[in-house]
Amino acid sequence: MTDDDRVFKALADPTRRFLLDQLFARDGRTLTELESGLEMSRFGVMKHLRILEDAGLVVTRRSGREKLHFLNPVPIRLIHDRWIDKYTERQVSALADLKHELEGETA
Amino acid sequence: MTINTGTAVTTQVYRVYIKATPQAIWDAITKPEWTERYGYGGRSEYDDLRPGGAYRALASDAMKKAGAEMGFPTPEVIVDGEVIEADAPRKLVQTWRMLMDPDIAAEGFTRLTYEIAEGKGGITKLTVTHDVEGAPKLAVMITGELEDTGAGGGWSWVLSDLKSLLETGSPMDPGNPLNQG
Repeated sequence: MTDDDRVFKALADPTRRFLLDQLFARDGRTLTELESGLEMSRFGVMKHLRILEDAGLVVTRRSGREKLHFLNPVPIRLIHDRWIDKYTERQVSALADLKHELEGETA
Repeated sequence: MTINTGTAVTTQVYRVYIKATPQAIWDAITKPEWTERYGYGGRSEYDDLRPGGAYRALASDAMKKAGAEMGFPTPEVIVDGEVIEADAPRKLVQTWRMLMDPDIAAEGFTRLTYEIAEGKGGITKLTVTHDVEGAPKLAVMITGELEDTGAGGGWSWVLSDLKSLLETGSPMDPGNPLNQG
């Protein structure tokens, strides 16, 4: 599996997206904090976190006795740069052309 | 990445895997001629890669021009700081203060750590940990949330660009004015 595959696979699950959203809202959380928002066993949450970690979307850090989970947005940035930009560029330039046309400018 | 809501979380962690040697990544972070080639494109200088050595990032011509177009002056030195710990090519800890915006400059020095760990198959793991305690405005800027306002894409963008430069020999988007240091 490539890095991209791992990221897409990790994102293709509502629980894992929920966990990422939780970390986006407040970063550096413990497993206990993360599982409190989910109707799921601790092991279930750990399994999802492991998949997110393998994809590089979550990075853990030890702080004293606690293991903190941080959202790492870099893999999403890489996907964005590799895939999203490529397919949205044309739309954006089409909108820019439309704007020029409607405003009576020469594009 | 961190967006503060209520409880203050003041550490941001960014990680990227790059097909390059630890030394190549170390050079890209610490050598002025490399630092001009990715991210914000400003030239970074370390006077001495030892504790106490001064660090500064200089504004590129493109940055000055972009600033002038938006109606604010760009200082010569846009980031300053000091080396706390340097263990080439594995670990660099330094202070870091953004000077481009007076409000952010007033937040003072933050702590930045680069960790470089060699993995399997020529892949090296680079982790950037930015402790932005007491610097909420800087914290927002380095997440890249203000990218649409011309403030750049933060650490995700810089590291994505660094990966592209080291793996392909050119930055992601050579057309980006901020990349034309």
